[in-house]
Amino acid sequence: MAQSPASIYPPRLAELVETLALLDRGELIDTLIGLADRFSEVPAEIARRPFPENRKVPACESEAYVFPAPRPDGGLDLHFAVENPQGLSAKAMAVILKENLEGEDPASYADLSSELPLEIFGRELSMGKNMGLMAMVAMVAHAARQQTVARADVARADVARAAR
Amino acid sequence: MSEIAERGYARPDALVSTDWVSEHLHDADIRLVESNEDPLVYPSGHLPGAVEVDWTRDLNDPLRRDYLGRDGFEALCGRLGITPATTVVFYGDKNNWWACYAFWVFQLFGHSNARILDGGRLKWQLEGRPLVRDVASYPATVYQAPPRDDREVRAFRDQVLAHLDSGQPLIDVRSPEEFRGERMHMPDYPNEGALRGGHIPGAHNVPWARAVDPADGTFKSAEQLRAIYEGEKGLDPQNDVVVYCRIGERSSHTWFVLSRLLGYRRVRNYDGSWTEWGNLVGVPVEKP
Repeated sequence: MAQSPASIYPPRLAELVETLALLDRGELIDTLIGLADRFSEVPAEIARRPFPENRKVPACESEAYVFPAPRPDGGLDLHFAVENPQGLSAKAMAVILKENLEGEDPASYADLSSELPLEIFGRELSMGKNMGLMAMVAMVAHAARQQTVARADVARADVARAAR
Repeated sequence: MSEIAERGYARPDALVSTDWVSEHLHDADIRLVESNEDPLVYPSGHLPGAVEVDWTRDLNDPLRRDYLGRDGFEALCGRLGITPATTVVFYGDKNNWWACYAFWVFQLFGHSNARILDGGRLKWQLEGRPLVRDVASYPATVYQAPPRDDREVRAFRDQVLAHLDSGQPLIDVRSPEEFRGERMHMPDYPNEGALRGGHIPGAHNVPWARAVDPADGTFKSAEQLRAIYEGEKGLDPQNDVVVYCRIGERSSHTWFVLSRLLGYRRVRNYDGSWTEWGNLVGVPVEKP
């Protein structure tokens, strides 16, 4: 039995997934195009071209990049670049991840399901497109895990200092 | 890029320019067909009058891994208002890769009256030409197609094995990283959909997009293309060539280049490609 979005995604993302699932195909496509229209590229103070290869999403035909940036509260800001101007699905995915995960505890999306693109876009994606979007999700989850570990290390160091 | 007729192609009529399409937007004998990788691109805006062919919904059998049969092709063409006499002009995103794939599938049913819009969506947009969101519809037609004929342009696994034994050339059009069978460089990324990485022994690696000018998506001239496929890789127009990629879409682009632009005698697309070969038991795999 499939798990409900509320049980596997942070609250805002779960709500979006549930809402999109109620739309018919035309409504879904219009909504996703609207999301892609909201895409804004990574600010220059975070990254400039040429973007580093280690930030490039593997297997993404739209040449997407992910730039996670730690926040003072221990969370992550998520920035993206999509070099293919026709990479609308990648832009929509970037907006979904940014708008629904920023401000959440990174631990809550450190195991973000790679099924997310399929849940959002349905089964019509090409294998290549799906792999690219899955890799984008995996990169965000990887950054969340790194941030969770880094935050735990800082907390342990704080405890050790206090004990001294 | 120069005019199509000046580029030395074997079959220059396989391409049309953006100017030509502009002049024929309202020609009833011509059907513009957009085919993209990204399902959001066509509904976000397309050439006036263009219809969409989606590779998953429209060109593939919904159950088996195969293309649509004759009935499905006739129904598709009928729905799009296409007859055997209609000039079908394919175009799309990413340097026309899915457009070439759709073009190739149409050849399985002998629809030779087909063209590719040189430069595809990219060039059209770069030139500031109009895009519309209205979905065009045309009076339904009755299209009588011959049975699908895979022999001339499609290769199957056993034929590829025989091709390998005969020493005829194969072109692997995937990225060099896929060709070398390298794993993704970070954990948690999806693999290639195959249990083994590498390539078919003896295959030459020519990434498909080398055939286009990245600035505007137009095809390189015949001289430039020959320099790649013949100068670098030693192909000969008289060769029997098999091309492949991961699922056969990128290789249909190279199939178009070799068969239509360079006029090679026999070019077949192995659409089983690496998702089949890399999962087969006992077939030879080469990995540097």
